[in-house]
Amino acid sequence: MNVLDFAHSFFGDPAHWHGYDGIPTRLVEHITYSLEALLLAAVIALPVGLVTGHYGRGGNALALIATAGRALPSFGLLVLMFIWLGFGLVPVMIPLVVLAVPPILVTTYEAMRSVDPSPVDAARGMGMSEARVLFQVEVPVALPLILSGLRTAAIQIISTATIAAYVSLGGLGRYIIDGLYQRDYEKVVGGATLVAALALATLALFWAASRLAVSRGVRGSA
Amino acid sequence: MRRNRGAAVVALAAATALLAGCSSHSGKSDPLAGGKASGGEVVVGSNNFPESTLLADIYGEALKAKGIKVTYKPNIGSRETTYGLLKNGSLSVLPEYNGALLAYLDPKATPKSAEETTAAIKTKLDAKLTLLEPSAAEDKDSLAVNAATARKYHLTGQSTIADLKGVAKDLVIGGSPEFQTRQQGLAGLKSVYGLDFKSFKALDAGGTLTQTALKKNDVQVADIFSTDPTIAKEKFVPLKDPENLFGFQNVQPLVVKSAVSPKGVDALNAVSAKLDTATLLDLDAQVQNQRKDPLDVAKAWLKSAGLG
Amino acid sequence: MNGFFDLPSDLQHSYLGLVGLHLREALLPVLAGLLVALPIAQLCARFRWIYPPVLGLTTVLYSIPSLAFFVVLIDYFGQSETTVMIPLAVYSLVVLVPGIVDGVRSVPRETLAAAEAMGFGPLRRYLQVQLPIAAPAIIAGLRVAVVSSLSLVSVGMLIGNQGALGNMLYDANTYHRPALAVNSVLTTAVLGILADALLVLLRRLLTPWMPRKGATR
Repeated sequence: MNVLDFAHSFFGDPAHWHGYDGIPTRLVEHITYSLEALLLAAVIALPVGLVTGHYGRGGNALALIATAGRALPSFGLLVLMFIWLGFGLVPVMIPLVVLAVPPILVTTYEAMRSVDPSPVDAARGMGMSEARVLFQVEVPVALPLILSGLRTAAIQIISTATIAAYVSLGGLGRYIIDGLYQRDYEKVVGGATLVAALALATLALFWAASRLAVSRGVRGSA
Repeated sequence: MRRNRGAAVVALAAATALLAGCSSHSGKSDPLAGGKASGGEVVVGSNNFPESTLLADIYGEALKAKGIKVTYKPNIGSRETTYGLLKNGSLSVLPEYNGALLAYLDPKATPKSAEETTAAIKTKLDAKLTLLEPSAAEDKDSLAVNAATARKYHLTGQSTIADLKGVAKDLVIGGSPEFQTRQQGLAGLKSVYGLDFKSFKALDAGGTLTQTALKKNDVQVADIFSTDPTIAKEKFVPLKDPENLFGFQNVQPLVVKSAVSPKGVDALNAVSAKLDTATLLDLDAQVQNQRKDPLDVAKAWLKSAGLG
Repeated sequence: MNGFFDLPSDLQHSYLGLVGLHLREALLPVLAGLLVALPIAQLCARFRWIYPPVLGLTTVLYSIPSLAFFVVLIDYFGQSETTVMIPLAVYSLVVLVPGIVDGVRSVPRETLAAAEAMGFGPLRRYLQVQLPIAAPAIIAGLRVAVVSSLSLVSVGMLIGNQGALGNMLYDANTYHRPALAVNSVLTTAVLGILADALLVLLRRLLTPWMPRKGATR
């Protein structure tokens, strides 16, 4: 039996396609955890990155926060939060958000810093308010890089959200953890395949989003 | 400038050498490496729940007391994994539970006694392995409901698993991930008692997750070890098992024949002869309630039993 | 036995022993990843058509959860450190290759031509011109790889005490000793921050011609 055979028999088994342990349920759970974590991380990191990048201050502090965030081990944080907070989604969200904040924060900051200063000065000269300068001049130019930060965060979340299964939650990690203890390779390989496919779909989604959202002028020059 | 770079290169090279040195050193002495146990060294393993680790310490220390070299490989995982590691020789001794082992080897077996269980295992066991003498100490998987569920459905200490028949469809059951597929698990509950639960929640092997989930009513029924000190503490109600699905569960060491000398076998059998359920309950409570280190508990008991 | 640094017997190591084990399990794979990434990146920089498929493959590998790797590798390498280290080496490779390719590609053609004109052979040109110019990109990749490797080792706990400092998490949960989990998380984080700082220092030593701006990325 090789990996492809395992995947084939996993997806070929009709029992894996319905019920509380079926692929649709687990996939939806996984996407829900991932989206919630990404949204939370974006709500925290995007404003901070945009504002610090706009004013060009606090870059060193951000780098320190990002390094500390990256250094915190996701799995350890999960177990610790579970011990402290008990069952529920919060102990899972905390490590996922901690994981996703650094890439969004740092890339957003760098994206804002890399914006050509001359149109920004011109916009100020025309009497635009700081908020309009930020959202109408800087953000459109910085958007491709900002999106790449969000993409990195999303991919890491999707892969890491599997650890939720260790504290008895659902998601695709269920197949991997159950497969470990049941010695069922079909489940492990099937679960891993689904996670990888979800990551690839996310990449495609971000690619499409950047085609749609980035103005043609910026795309041409990038 | 040049010197700086030279220094950095030297530092990097030194670090590399150090790391490589560390690894080759451990390559020789690391008992956890995948290879076979070698040179008369006995590798005692345990599954991923506290009682298993405690029992591994007890059997391991008894071997050490006879001058046998022992290394431990604790907290490995489920039987599905450890059985394979015994077969390929990465482990040499594992404290087992005879009924659960039989259910793993032969899901259809329905032994009527502990002797039958042992005899049935011996016909199914891999040729390289053997089961030593059983101890009197029993620790069964048991299906338990929490206090609220017991009140709601009028379940008492006299109730049986069969009494869940009408209500199982409203109950969430919890157990280790492997419980989902085992005969002594969801499969057997369906085939022997005809129970179909609302859903299954994967927790751990009777550990903290299971205890907490049952206490907080995240699950209403759970697989709890009959020696678990939390049963009394949290007023969980274990249900009787008239069909003997969870069978006879005596603690019994499973060993690789070639890895344990006759002297070692005698030492292990001497431990099993002294171990009974009351003792096991007491030792479990020392580890789980009084927070003592399992190795200390094991050594102290061996000494008091004249085996240490 | 309830002190912060008193570890339960089933961990089989002292606190410092676990730290050493953790460093080895995390850093050796990065080193192996770097050794493999260098030639692969060189090939990608040389033959541009290789790069897109390599990048696609590495993205897929990176998104496979570490635990899935561990479970499948148990059959081949037992419940051992090797089983934990192989996936970590793969992840390092995945992080390092794109960084090194960008770094090597950033070397201006004129510089290479100048080196050739000075009579540098291909090997000498690689070692003395391309590699030093690519050093900042390589180290940026190493920083990400080292920190994530240190964090991922802990997951090895799930395959039977193969997670070094992560093994404390199992005992924290099983024996109701939260302090062990705090210890595990903090120690791992401190190791990550220290390793990161050392790499920043190394970059400054290796590339004295670079401006010493604040630590970015």
